[in-house]
Amino acid sequence: MAIIPLERKPLTFVERTYVPNIMAGLKTTWKHFVRPKETMEYPEERPAIPPNYRGVPTLVKDPNGREKCVSCQLCEFVCPPKAIRITPGEIPPDAPNGHVERAPQAFDIDMLRCIYCGMCEEVCPEEAIFLQQQYSMTGYTREEMVNNKARLYELGGTLPDEHFKWDKKKAAEEHGNDRH
Amino acid sequence: MIAAPKPDLVTVNIDGREIAVPKGTNVIEAARLAGVDVPYYCYHPKLTVVGNCRMCLIEMGMPAVDPATKAPIMDPATGKQKINWIPRPQIGCATNAAPGLHIRTNTPQIKDCREGVMEFLLINHPLDCPICDQAGECKLQEQATGYGRGYSRFIEQKNVKPKRTQLGPRVTLDDERCILCSRCIRFCKEIVRDDVLGFIDRGSYSTLTCHPGRMLTNNYSLNTVDICPVGALTSTDFRFKMRVWFLKQTNSIDTESSVGANTVVWSREGIIYRITPRRNDMVNDTWVSDSARELYKPVRAADRLTAIKIGNVDSTLDAAVKAAADLLRANAGAIAVVGSGRSSVEEQFLTRKLAEVVKASIHFVSRVAAGDGILISSDRNPNTRGALVTGLISRFEHAGSAGVRPASAEKAGKMPALPGGVVTGALSELAARIDAGTIKAVVSINEDLVAADLTPAQLAKVAVIHVGTHANATSAAAKVVIPTTTVFEKNGTFVNQQFRIQKFYKAVPGPAGAVDDLIALERLGTALGAAAAATEVNALWTTLAAEVPALRTMTFANIPDTGLLLDATPWTGLHFIEGETLHYKPAAAAAAKA
Repeated sequence: MAIIPLERKPLTFVERTYVPNIMAGLKTTWKHFVRPKETMEYPEERPAIPPNYRGVPTLVKDPNGREKCVSCQLCEFVCPPKAIRITPGEIPPDAPNGHVERAPQAFDIDMLRCIYCGMCEEVCPEEAIFLQQQYSMTGYTREEMVNNKARLYELGGTLPDEHFKWDKKKAAEEHGNDRH
Repeated sequence: MIAAPKPDLVTVNIDGREIAVPKGTNVIEAARLAGVDVPYYCYHPKLTVVGNCRMCLIEMGMPAVDPATKAPIMDPATGKQKINWIPRPQIGCATNAAPGLHIRTNTPQIKDCREGVMEFLLINHPLDCPICDQAGECKLQEQATGYGRGYSRFIEQKNVKPKRTQLGPRVTLDDERCILCSRCIRFCKEIVRDDVLGFIDRGSYSTLTCHPGRMLTNNYSLNTVDICPVGALTSTDFRFKMRVWFLKQTNSIDTESSVGANTVVWSREGIIYRITPRRNDMVNDTWVSDSARELYKPVRAADRLTAIKIGNVDSTLDAAVKAAADLLRANAGAIAVVGSGRSSVEEQFLTRKLAEVVKASIHFVSRVAAGDGILISSDRNPNTRGALVTGLISRFEHAGSAGVRPASAEKAGKMPALPGGVVTGALSELAARIDAGTIKAVVSINEDLVAADLTPAQLAKVAVIHVGTHANATSAAAKVVIPTTTVFEKNGTFVNQQFRIQKFYKAVPGPAGAVDDLIALERLGTALGAAAAATEVNALWTTLAAEVPALRTMTFANIPDTGLLLDATPWTGLHFIEGETLHYKPAAAAAAKA
């Protein structure tokens, strides 16, 4: 590799006054003064979140208010950073949703671990877990950053259901398919 | 050993591959040997063949012969003998290998058949895999993926059946999932001889149920859960506790009797969730008792010893070993060591070393109760023979042996729900010597001396050093307590009633505070002047192999998972209490038969 020495041209008189460069700089400044604003007054103002946004994972209920999660633990299995921890439980037979049999006793998502990948939503066979539009999770302690079951349902709310899988099962029972 | 006669081998052709199999092998097993998967539900290698699931359909053909002359008919196209294929499929489980048998499992007809069978099985199946405990180990899931159509054409409403029928104290039936394979019925009838299960009603309403007025209460009921190919029979204990794909499997041994049934311990993050049988055709086939599955419960019990104590004050291992050594030196010449048939071979070896160095008299606690003739023998110590092999004891007496007779298999139906009434004891000699004042200090290796014949008053007369897992009267009275680990928390070996040495592995870590048994025994031994020994099983086995004649040339790593039969001739003269069990005949009965 040969070293090629370049000769620096001497500055002209106009260039030595710096006036053209100052004017060029001020032009950029003035351009931004008159341009529409890109930023917003967060947190008073909030951005519009697109519908397929992957925010904080939440648990949802169906339009009849039924807890959709049956604690199959597939999300716990698939979760890459192991942020989800479920304790499975049983629904007593005489409860209104006794025919569903299973529901989580405890459901914790550690938001310090969550990487918002959305695999839990993708894997859920009951369409019970959704990454919704909530994007800002803050807390003063580590415990505050773990969403428990009550908090997850509070964040999730109710989403429309296309299947009503378990209601169909109950309908079959009421139709008399259990007798002959 | 007399070599077993060679089985008659016949050559069969499976998917174009010739393979020699023992005569009478059915097509499923022959195909398995050839590396070909024939799916099935109702067939089980240890049960009779009923052929009612129709999943193992195969095409079958025999070499063509001229009916009149019996001369082979040759196929001019290939130059080989022509094969007469049966036009309709046959079931593989009920087809036995015969010379020249030809099998095809990969034809379009067989593919169609399997898809058809899968579709019918899934018509009324609830497909509730997310709430089903079998998910992850379900034959229906596996074979629907492997051989199913992939979609359902059934748009009508499915049948609804009871979801939580209690068949017995430990088994819950989810009727909707049942595919009527009848494995559970055959198991109860043929293995336990407790014929309580059966089908009632017809067609899609067929239901598994118990005989009126009876329940599935026998001590082998949970094997029906294991052999259920779907999630119909579920364990009430394990139901909804944990998904199987999270659980780590560790090979272990059932410690409830000298049968030594092979088991798998299923744990997650240091917590054991269930115990299931592991196949060993020489010991327990594919079964294990219900009581063996409960053995993990004491592991996390409240009465677990977790603190090293000297005179009821928390201490460290160094201090406790020193205190114990001082105690034993002070009482030199008047020491007894109570060995345990529940300790592993390695621990019994170190116990012997400890007893030898302090010149202690060795006592051995026996546990005796009626056996059930299947997988629970009357000797309730898992490792009585290990103590003989390691030289810890050379003879033994059984507690209350006069009154206990092994139950015959015919009475199995009247078995109590869980076996109990274990008579523990055989420490009368020790009791007498304590009374006479010739024993002043006792080292108890995980044995409760009060439960084993000694009175609390006798125990109070001596200085007790207790090395054990759970709190009991002995640990309460002990001057030094060293908490140790259970069978699930350490590696080791047991010698079962056939003198078969079998390995168990550490499934979960011991609780904080518990000391590994080998470390505790080795430290006690070296503090009293014994030669240092390894406290890791593999390393200790080099010493064991060198010093124990029966274990010569063996290493821990070389013992196969199904165990290794030791030469039992040095102990043929001893009277063992066990009656007949699944794969064991008492020496007297065997001799009478021969």
